[in-house]
Amino acid sequence: MSPEVVVRARNLSKVYEMGEVEVRALRDVDLDLYSGELAVLLGASGSGKSTLLNIVGGLDRPTSGTLHYHDRDLSEADDEELTMYRRRHVGFVFQLYNLIPSLTARENVSLVSEIASNPMTPEEALTLVGLGDRLDHFPAQLSGGEQQRVAIARAVTKQPDVLLCDEPTGALDAETGKLVLGVIDQVNRETGTTTAIITHNVAIGGLGDRVIRMSSGEIADITINEKRADLAGISW
Amino acid sequence: MIRLRALDRKMLRELWRLRGQLLSIGLVVATAVTTLVTMRGTYEALVRARGEYYRDYRLADVWSSLERAPNSLESRLENIAGVADVETRVTWYATLDLPWLEAPGQGLFVSVPESGRAEVDDIMVRIGRYVRPGRANEVMVSEAFFLANGLVLGDTIRAVLNGVRRDMEVVGAAISPTHSYSVPPGALYPDDERYGLFWMSEAVLGPNLDMEDGFNEVAVTLAPGANEVAVIRELDRILDPYGGLGAYGREDQLSYKILNDELESNRTMGTAFPMVFLGVAAFLLNLVLGRLISTQRTEIGSLKAIGYTNREVGLHFLSYSVAAVGLGTLLGALGGVWAGDAMVGQYEEYFKLPTLQYRLSWSLVLIGGGISLLAAVLGGSGAVRRATRLAPAEAMRPEPPARFAPGIVERAGVGEVVSTGTRLILRNLERRPVRAALSSLGVAFSVAILVIGMFMFDGIDLMMDLQFRVAQREDLTVAFNRELGIDVRHELARVPGVTSVEPFVMIPARLRSGHREREIPITGLEVDGRLRRIVSEDGRVHPLPMSGLVLSRMLADRLDVSRGDTVTVVALTGLRQTELYPVTDIVDDLLGVAAYLNVNELRRLTREGLRASGAFLLTDGVRDEDVNAELKRAPAVASVVSPATMLESFQDQLDDSLLIAVFFIVGFASVISVAVIYNGTRIALSERGRELASLRVLGFTRREVATLLFGEQAVITIFAIPIGWGIGYGLAYLVVQALASETYRIPLVVSMQTYTWTTAITLVAAAASAALVRRRLDRMDLIAVLKTRE
Ligand SMILES: Nc1ncnc2c1ncn2[C@@H]1O[C@H](COP(=O)(O)OP(=O)(O)OP(=O)(O)O)[C@@H](O)[C@H]1O
Ligand SMILES: [Mg+2]
Repeated sequence: MSPEVVVRARNLSKVYEMGEVEVRALRDVDLDLYSGELAVLLGASGSGKSTLLNIVGGLDRPTSGTLHYHDRDLSEADDEELTMYRRRHVGFVFQLYNLIPSLTARENVSLVSEIASNPMTPEEALTLVGLGDRLDHFPAQLSGGEQQRVAIARAVTKQPDVLLCDEPTGALDAETGKLVLGVIDQVNRETGTTTAIITHNVAIGGLGDRVIRMSSGEIADITINEKRADLAGISW
Repeated sequence: MIRLRALDRKMLRELWRLRGQLLSIGLVVATAVTTLVTMRGTYEALVRARGEYYRDYRLADVWSSLERAPNSLESRLENIAGVADVETRVTWYATLDLPWLEAPGQGLFVSVPESGRAEVDDIMVRIGRYVRPGRANEVMVSEAFFLANGLVLGDTIRAVLNGVRRDMEVVGAAISPTHSYSVPPGALYPDDERYGLFWMSEAVLGPNLDMEDGFNEVAVTLAPGANEVAVIRELDRILDPYGGLGAYGREDQLSYKILNDELESNRTMGTAFPMVFLGVAAFLLNLVLGRLISTQRTEIGSLKAIGYTNREVGLHFLSYSVAAVGLGTLLGALGGVWAGDAMVGQYEEYFKLPTLQYRLSWSLVLIGGGISLLAAVLGGSGAVRRATRLAPAEAMRPEPPARFAPGIVERAGVGEVVSTGTRLILRNLERRPVRAALSSLGVAFSVAILVIGMFMFDGIDLMMDLQFRVAQREDLTVAFNRELGIDVRHELARVPGVTSVEPFVMIPARLRSGHREREIPITGLEVDGRLRRIVSEDGRVHPLPMSGLVLSRMLADRLDVSRGDTVTVVALTGLRQTELYPVTDIVDDLLGVAAYLNVNELRRLTREGLRASGAFLLTDGVRDEDVNAELKRAPAVASVVSPATMLESFQDQLDDSLLIAVFFIVGFASVISVAVIYNGTRIALSERGRELASLRVLGFTRREVATLLFGEQAVITIFAIPIGWGIGYGLAYLVVQALASETYRIPLVVSMQTYTWTTAITLVAAAASAALVRRRLDRMDLIAVLKTRE
């Protein structure tokens, strides 16, 4: 019995029009995310990883193609429906963090936990990412990596059905990177959250159930790992 | 303890962070609300107080003067259909001997019932008491005269009543709605030192004037629903055999008309100014809040991305609008209480309405706050909608610059000669031309408001100059208390110090054209007269034609006649002849309304020989005191008015009320400039903070970075100034049109000085705004700005 498909994308294309120039960020991409899996997206800079994840997370709309969350067709969803989809089901770690500068770390996380149905407390979430002692710092008072970890705490706090992380370890040293990946791995294993991680780090690919390689807006190939590697064995 | 949601905390913190900007926007609202609440509120208070005054002191609805009628006629008047109450009385002009003044004074004596009060046209005793029955020498004087002459109760005033000198004891000072505006005959403005009202018991006054059992003035009130025109016609019919001079309603009664004109222009100002201010405030709220919220684009995107709905995001950001407008409305209401009291206090002195009191009108506060809130919410929600319409993925990224192509200025080759800094400034302006234009328009409005606040001084200066230096070139205007033979000109010319004499004739008349008519004195001037000339607002002297009427534009409009039309003139003296005259000329004059006729033609109309009602005199300027003394001794002289004195009293009157208005207007305009420029700069700082911080890190000095930031605002301000002049001129035109009344018309002129002042004030406001932001720029924490990703 094959595992249940949580997110099903078919023929996704995304074209950015900039005056006379057209950028084809995605070309006819098909992607399934399976329940409880951890998928790792690899690919060169500009290959369309963020664009794909943004569409899957309901942050953006494809130029063409369809998107289903379970049986729900999100291709034609209006703004209201997409908002509810993000609010109820998706946890997102943004590549640019997008923290609110006027709110502390704890408050940035509360912002999400307050509108979630079954959240962990902001303190729990921040402790998970190793920031239990930085609760009341404003983003400007945190290092780049710490800001990234607040962004991750904000994504996991609501215990989402789908967790999408755009380069969650980009700004982190190996040690902290492992801590953060451990948190994501733990959330994925313990709660069965369907998870997708974008990374440039090929080594991280071993952690996932599948590795999806993108190139020039297309999925180049998909590798299935027989066994997920242990975090301890990964180095970069 | 209340647990605040993170979103609410963000709101409070943001409101605090933006306090300077929100306060400056709030102040715009505050000034607009204050203006509305004060000006319109004052008007409402005046109307209320006038109504109470007229009701409590029973101002008549129709009056008529006549030569003499027996008291027995009163019952016939009471029986006229539509008449409620009738009061008959005796009025008489008398010369006053006021030893402390150089020139003789003049008094209008009015009889009052000996016991009880007048049923119509009552008076209000403000100092002292009412005259007592049987006391032949008691008199009550008008309060203005009492105060202007520093009288005390018990003082004696000597008057020449019907050729007999009488000493009278002042027992009270009073005001009356019938004479709320009292001017000496032949003068345009009150002269409270030399002219006053004297109320005496009818039992005393009548016999003194050979008016025992008779009257020469009647005042009636109308029953509800009565037809004024019919009553006037009936009064005229009954009084005609008794020398009736024509009954007239309130619209033609001087005091009523003046007060009504004042209230009309007060209403115009009290409506137009707040509307302009509210309109500008609404525009600014829309603009500034829109821009302010636009800078929050990435946050709006982030909030949406993590699952907040458009509604939640919208309400959150609308808190800016609500906070600014709420604060502004509150301040505006407080300001209104203070300014309203002050303004009404000013008017108290001037209008003398006993119950005049300012009351804060909550409905006006709500109107002002409501309009502002609407504008703020529209502006804010527009910006929120623009941001929420974007997919969060896009909104979360900083907005890309609009286009990358070099702009017009650079393509025109200017780029080669200007520095990189200037090029950056120009490029920023060119990339967002609409935004720059709207900001310029915002500043232009403040310039325009300054122009309409200040141009009035220019207009009044010109009006004074034309009236008192071009039109009225005489040193003294002498009015006789009856028509004198033309020989009087030689007598006057013989007075030592008098160098030139030009007699004039002035007779009461009714002008009619079709169904429109108007009672007004006709002034007869000599064709070759040099002292009193007819001058239009462009300064042109209109020569008096040999025949035909010259009318003020205001009067011509009221009669609906133009040059060449024919007007029926009924003389209201003597044999009451009727004659048709063509309208030969119409003048756009500035003060009062007048009808002029060649003096010889006027004499033909009255079938009288060569007579004079008064004369214009030129003196040698050396023996003026002697001239005054000499004229004062002449029993036939009713008044001596010097245009110079009139000029002074007129200016005093206007300056007081205008100064307050100008204070308001300059304050408001400054608030607008600061709001636009300060907010513009702050917003530019928050949009380009990273860029500027990077430049600092790259080695640019604070000064260079500041130049980049402020250069854009400087260009916006400089463009705004001429635009503001243009808008201001247009608004000034509207103000002039709206303020035009029979009393005066302010000409539309804007002096160089006004343009200079408006520019100076705007530049100071811009510099002050820049200084405020400069501090922030200097203290900018470079690391913090560069570290946080938006
Ligand atoms: N808003 C946009 N307008 C125009 N082009 C865009 C926009 N966003 C992305 N692109 C282009 O689409 C392509 C894919 O972008 P995307 O952000 O998905 O790349 P990525 O694989 O996430 O790269 P990276 O690893 O550098 O984050 C790129 O060529 C990018 O330049
Ligand atoms: Mg990316």
